[in-house]
Amino acid sequence: MIVLKWLFLTISPCDAAEPWQLGSQDAATPIMQGIIDLHHDIFFFLILILVFVLWILVRALWHFHYKENAIPQRIVHGTTIEILRTIFPSLISMFIAIPSFALLYSMDEVVVDPAITIKAIGHQWYWTYEYSDYNSSDEQSLTFDSYMIPEEDLELGQSRLLEVDNRVVVPAKTHLRIIVTSADVPHSWAVPSSGVKCDAVPGRLNQISILVQREGVYYGQCSEICGTNHAFTPIVVEAVPRKDYGSRVSNQLIPQTGEA
Amino acid sequence: MEDECISESYSFFLCVFLLNQIELKTAPADFRFPTTNQTRHCFTRYIEFHRCTTAKGEDSNDCERFAKYYRALCPGEWVDKWNEQRETGTFPGPL
Repeated sequence: MIVLKWLFLTISPCDAAEPWQLGSQDAATPIMQGIIDLHHDIFFFLILILVFVLWILVRALWHFHYKENAIPQRIVHGTTIEILRTIFPSLISMFIAIPSFALLYSMDEVVVDPAITIKAIGHQWYWTYEYSDYNSSDEQSLTFDSYMIPEEDLELGQSRLLEVDNRVVVPAKTHLRIIVTSADVPHSWAVPSSGVKCDAVPGRLNQISILVQREGVYYGQCSEICGTNHAFTPIVVEAVPRKDYGSRVSNQLIPQTGEA
Repeated sequence: MEDECISESYSFFLCVFLLNQIELKTAPADFRFPTTNQTRHCFTRYIEFHRCTTAKGEDSNDCERFAKYYRALCPGEWVDKWNEQRETGTFPGPL
């Protein structure tokens, strides 16, 4: 049991960039899971094609070296091989296209009305989040800025260039609508583990629908060049249990009371 | 429990909601605007609200629905700017 405990001690999902990371972050939404599955599907065909092409290439270089084989052949036609080398790539393209289009169209499908709308507004160089579903007047009831925590203010265990002072708190297992826009120059709101990357264009409201399937803290970074501190404009989404959402949001409100 | 909310400086209704965990509700998906670009959706809801108040009176409760929708969708800055434009008579929409 002790050995098992040691082996499983470090199970924690990858929801932020890791040093020397090769693969995707762990999926937190159905969209990201779909993207990862599509990647695996395509990668299979990619390896098949890669091995085949490399094999042919190496064989050609080896057997048709000018010293080994001085006289090149003069084959011009070959009906069978021409048919095969047309049919097989089309079949492979079809096998790649089917899951790809399935994912593409399902991403756009609006199945359920969202439960919450959160606005993410990009500024140079921070994000502002507005939760205004419950306003009784035109004043914003919950608006806060989300600045990166500078390196000198980080605590032990926090991630450099990724942590923010105020996180976006969302309820898990709830359909969210996120409206992304900008107040100045184009930015992009990206959270890789949720499979989200949405451009923040001034004068335009871009909508994305996500369903975060598990609680956790998800990190992302601004993904459209927006000035000198473009690299220092991270996004942190914290998914909390649905029943805790109300109290978490009100806790965020209380320090803001002076500004609200 | 609502008494705790009276002294808060943010919205009374938000405070009550947060304490009572009222169901989460927001502007529904509008089939007139099926695409990613929801700029027109926000603008249309804002106009619908003001046309409703013009038709039914300022204090009509029927119009509150549209108000919730545009407040959910539109950034606060945009709403403030449009309110100012309406006051000065320069609002560029069919109110």
